[in-house]
Amino acid sequence: MLGKGVVGGGGGTKTPKPSFVSYVRPEEIHTNEKEVTEKEVTLHLLPGEQLLCEASAVLKYVQEESCQRGVCGRLVCTDFKIAFLGDDEPALDNAETQFKNKIIGENDITLHCVDQIFGVFDEKKKSLFGQLKKYPEKLIIHCKDLRVFHFCLRYTKEEEVKRIVSGIIHHTQAPKLLKRLFLFSYAAAAQSIIATSPKDHTVMFDTLKDWCWELERTKGNVKYKAVSVNEGYRICERLPAYFVVPTPLPEEDVRRFQGHGIPIWCWSCHNGSALLKMSALPKEQDDVILQIHKSFLDGIYKIIHRPPYEIVKTEDLSSNFLSLQEIQTAYSKFKQLFLIDNSTEFWDTDIKWFSLLESSSWLDIIRRCLKKAIEITECLEAQNVNVLLLEENASDLCCLISSLVQVMMDAHCRTKTGFQSLIQKEWVMGGHCFLDRCNHLRQSDKEEVPVFLLFLDCVWQLVHQFPPAFEFTETYLTVLSDSLYIPIFSTFFFNSPHQKDTNMHRRQLSLPLTQPKSSPKRGFFREETDHLIKNLLGKRISKLINSSDELQDNFREFYDNWHSKPTDYHGLLLPHIEGPEIKVWAQRYLRWIPEAQILGGGRVATMSKLIEMMEEVQSLQEKIDERHHSQQRLQAEAPCLLRNSARLSSLFPFALLQRHSSKPILPTSGWKALGDEEDLAKREDEFVDLGDV
Amino acid sequence: MGVNLSSMRRLRKRLPLSRQVPRLPPSRVSSMASASAPKCNSHTSENEPVKSTSQDGVNCDLNETVPRLPGETLITDKEVIYICPFNGPIKGRVYITNYRLYLRSLETDSTLIFDVPLGVISRIEKMGGATSRGENSYGLDITCKDMRNLRFALKQEGHSRRDMFEILTRYAFPLAHSLPLFAFLNEEKFNVDGWMVYNPVEEYRRQGLPNHQWRITFINKCYELCETYPALLVVPYRASDDDLRRVAAFRSRNRIPVLSWIHPENKMVIVRCSQPLVGMSGKRNKDDEKYLDVIRETNRQLSKLTIYDARPSVNAVANKATGGGYESDDAYHNAELFFLDIHNIHVMRESLKKVKDIVYPNVEESHWLSSLESTHWLEHIKLVLTGAIQVADKVSSGKSSVLVHCSDGWDRTAQLTSLAMLMLDSFYRSIEGFEILVQKEWISFGHKFASRIGHGDKNHADADRSPIFLQFVDCVWQMSKQFPTAFEFNERFLITILDHLYSCRFGTFLLNCESAREKQKVTERTVSLWSLINSNKEKFKNPFYTKEINRVLYPVASMRHLELWVNYYIRWNPRIKQQQPNAVEQRYMELLALRDDYIKRLEELQLANSSKVSSASTSPSSPSQMMPHVQTHF
Repeated sequence: MLGKGVVGGGGGTKTPKPSFVSYVRPEEIHTNEKEVTEKEVTLHLLPGEQLLCEASAVLKYVQEESCQRGVCGRLVCTDFKIAFLGDDEPALDNAETQFKNKIIGENDITLHCVDQIFGVFDEKKKSLFGQLKKYPEKLIIHCKDLRVFHFCLRYTKEEEVKRIVSGIIHHTQAPKLLKRLFLFSYAAAAQSIIATSPKDHTVMFDTLKDWCWELERTKGNVKYKAVSVNEGYRICERLPAYFVVPTPLPEEDVRRFQGHGIPIWCWSCHNGSALLKMSALPKEQDDVILQIHKSFLDGIYKIIHRPPYEIVKTEDLSSNFLSLQEIQTAYSKFKQLFLIDNSTEFWDTDIKWFSLLESSSWLDIIRRCLKKAIEITECLEAQNVNVLLLEENASDLCCLISSLVQVMMDAHCRTKTGFQSLIQKEWVMGGHCFLDRCNHLRQSDKEEVPVFLLFLDCVWQLVHQFPPAFEFTETYLTVLSDSLYIPIFSTFFFNSPHQKDTNMHRRQLSLPLTQPKSSPKRGFFREETDHLIKNLLGKRISKLINSSDELQDNFREFYDNWHSKPTDYHGLLLPHIEGPEIKVWAQRYLRWIPEAQILGGGRVATMSKLIEMMEEVQSLQEKIDERHHSQQRLQAEAPCLLRNSARLSSLFPFALLQRHSSKPILPTSGWKALGDEEDLAKREDEFVDLGDV
Repeated sequence: MGVNLSSMRRLRKRLPLSRQVPRLPPSRVSSMASASAPKCNSHTSENEPVKSTSQDGVNCDLNETVPRLPGETLITDKEVIYICPFNGPIKGRVYITNYRLYLRSLETDSTLIFDVPLGVISRIEKMGGATSRGENSYGLDITCKDMRNLRFALKQEGHSRRDMFEILTRYAFPLAHSLPLFAFLNEEKFNVDGWMVYNPVEEYRRQGLPNHQWRITFINKCYELCETYPALLVVPYRASDDDLRRVAAFRSRNRIPVLSWIHPENKMVIVRCSQPLVGMSGKRNKDDEKYLDVIRETNRQLSKLTIYDARPSVNAVANKATGGGYESDDAYHNAELFFLDIHNIHVMRESLKKVKDIVYPNVEESHWLSSLESTHWLEHIKLVLTGAIQVADKVSSGKSSVLVHCSDGWDRTAQLTSLAMLMLDSFYRSIEGFEILVQKEWISFGHKFASRIGHGDKNHADADRSPIFLQFVDCVWQMSKQFPTAFEFNERFLITILDHLYSCRFGTFLLNCESAREKQKVTERTVSLWSLINSNKEKFKNPFYTKEINRVLYPVASMRHLELWVNYYIRWNPRIKQQQPNAVEQRYMELLALRDDYIKRLEELQLANSSKVSSASTSPSSPSQMMPHVQTHF
């Protein structure tokens, strides 16, 4: 957006403002200092948000047509975000404001969204942390949503540099107390605004009724019961207050090992088989205790091995599957591919792109998760057996796999409220440690593992392969993934429902996307964008899975057989997992990279055509209705929200119109050696006899 | 598209009544049934469990016969075992005509049908000998040009293999047996004549030519100036025919610089030619130098003429040894030369071979991405696109006119000029416009289709063969993927073109140049592929197409956006089935139909109102009963 004033071609008559200077000649900035101080751009603060420190005369680098330019402004740090306030904020045109993120501006970074901070000292990039002896001339911030910011501090007063740099480092990297999360100050300050109870259809699973409802919906109530034995977290703080267990399971067993070692119900399949999870009993050396454990488990298995229960197949996710370490390592490598500092880096890595992707293993991990979920689906659907997922705390891979299986098998989970309820059930109530896994408090890097993001990426693969099967689009998933780092919504900021309940005394805002209109935090975007988020392709999903006609006894057959049939978008959904079918979630990962922007292209082009057509059909429908009840006048045309669809870029709605000119972007890196084909390359296309010339 | 009708039908029959089958909209079924592109796409049906219902085997396609085109004759039929790489051996009967190989399964539980034009065959090999013992080890292995192999096992006794081998060889490679290609026997009739699509005079007139700077010349009317160029050429007004002749002497195979495209506003041009005959001694030619300067001056620009040499610079230098070379700075003061680093036909051929290795019969499992990278295929695509973007940008920005050449100016040059034109001129993004583009830049300007494809020729290892045109179509596909609303045609259009690039059913891609086609009277004796397509255009249309005149399209030539064209290269693999972006398309089509329906109703209502018929009494039912309301999520 900032490019607008700079690029003459796109902006039309507007001449570049003197505060926009090329960073190769940054001396000019001094001549403008007066003007700079005169213009104050107001900082927008949320209720409860406090300004902590600030620095002026900071240059933000903007990538434009393969060169960088500096925009002058203030860099501020609050207890919620880091923000850059450009001195010359170009007025946004209508299309831009319409889709503007309402909480996080283009130059805002929430403190939790900061991934890594680098300082540049004499052209050398160093990671910044702790107390600094020397202050950098340039600050580079890598964000968890993969934005990269470059701030030049060369023209900032020394004490301001010290204050802002140490402030940013402290507030983003120093370990924090839970109590100090912005969430709480916001909740206290914003009470009056959010007092209206949200008319939200998402099932929160914080009451016994919610669990009974879910049991009834999946017809699991025949063999399973919701229990309130953990009400007030009497038994353990790890489990939710209410959950579901096999009907004959005595409450005493739940108490015995604080909820460890008991099968907890996740979901029931239409054929009666169920998906269960169990957290392992504490590890013990002592033979006597081991013996006690063994007989306890024997007792448990006796309950669920008997009719009416199906045969149980256990799936040990902590030993035979991915390790959290693997996931973390893969993602750290993977995200580096998108945290690109400049154009040169983009094109240098472009030529090795596929092998770089492969060496990160992230796509392979997605594939393995999908495959595991298909295997379990096969057991439930085709073999009609119960599957018991085992994991140390049953709160990482258990959440991932069980929710993936449900997305694939239960069409309800592919609606927006169904999906949100699923996240509520399996992740929030399932005790996934969001606080630790996202490292929100910066207390231990070791605990940081993007399990939830991995889940979203797996779901994205399904959405990408079967768009009509989902009520929501990839944009919804991308926005959801961003909300992990926005400490306004409490959903992803606690390790367990117990922790949340003891810290929040009132019901906090939940997922951002289903709030009623009155709430200011209803959505990231204006109402209009919700059209984009809601999938226009999804027809009403209500049917449950049809019974399959044939039972196969192995994965491949099950998989091939399913794929040889026409897809029933309301039924079972199995993702393609062959190499070429697992793709990079381009919208999330490439959205901030100007080089990757397709101007006037990408999926949004077809989507906006669809929206236009829907609007046209709808307005025609209204006209016909009116003709029939002919007393009414014709109404105004439905607003066409994406009128300039050709101008939208593939990065829409995230990085809006970054590039105004229609100049192509050209690769700058050279040709990689052909290796063994060198001799071929040297040959002539064909033998040319030019002797007679 | 991945399923043929018979397997669909059977599938639906086989499903127990209890299971609610998602009803396919009739449009989809019929479009599959009418898919006339010769394709073997029925592997899907083989995935059915082997023990599936036998009771409906009775209905199994008994009264279906082998499809036959007018002019097609059945030569033989044989019982064989088709060795499916995905599902093992299947007993079937193969029918060989002078146009196709058609296989139908004889097994009751498989409706496998196979329809392969013989033109697609590149190589036929015998496998196993008299001493072969293993089951199904004696037979034929047929390599196809479209990324697959067919294996048939035959009985050892009764010379059935020898017969089949000989017949197939004879009809798949007619040139070696003094037989005509099938296109010359094809008696199909269409209600549109595809040969009329391209008329050079009309196309140049569309571009505003001739004008004060450019003239149409008939100097090559009888192909005496340049054998591989079309009869009609556009050259600078200021260059006389004698000038042209002298320039021809200095350009490889006399392929002089001629106009391909002119910008309607800034009058910058794209000019194509072959390399200059500089040679080791660094020869110069005043006429050529002057001619290039004349081209530069046509738009009264003072800037230099930009020359894009498609080759890597090392190759351009190496070409001097065989008499070729490039325009040096000291000889051409007013030109600026850039190399685009696109490799030669041999590199491309090997690259595609590697692609086949990783996708057929099985898709590389464990290291898909690095295997894909090691084929370099997408890297080549990237370079071709990058080159074309540069050409288009130079012209569109009004910086300078562009001259493009490689060695002979019929492979890489054709790719670059046609892709740049596709980016610059929205006309070429329509169905007919694209046909004209292919007809003009490829067919008329002598891309050596016969040599590159090897129509009817048995020499499968011929070094002249290379997938240059396929690579171009792949680039077009990549563009259409990045700009899904910018092209009037759909993916099927591109695949159909590629299928008939090999099939020899149409005359469109036969022979190497216009003069040869004229000699053979191709337009009189064969049918054009565009006849087939234009008489059934709806099938090839992209519903999302939005006509935008004067919009320049610049695709992003980054690996982040380039993809392997799965629906073409891996279409035979039942596991990698066509994904269903079609579902989006289908939904859109439904909306389109609904809109048209509403518009009609609205018109009817307006009529009814204006004729003052009491609306309350005549209205048959309430509107909500009459029409399905759109399910929206608003």
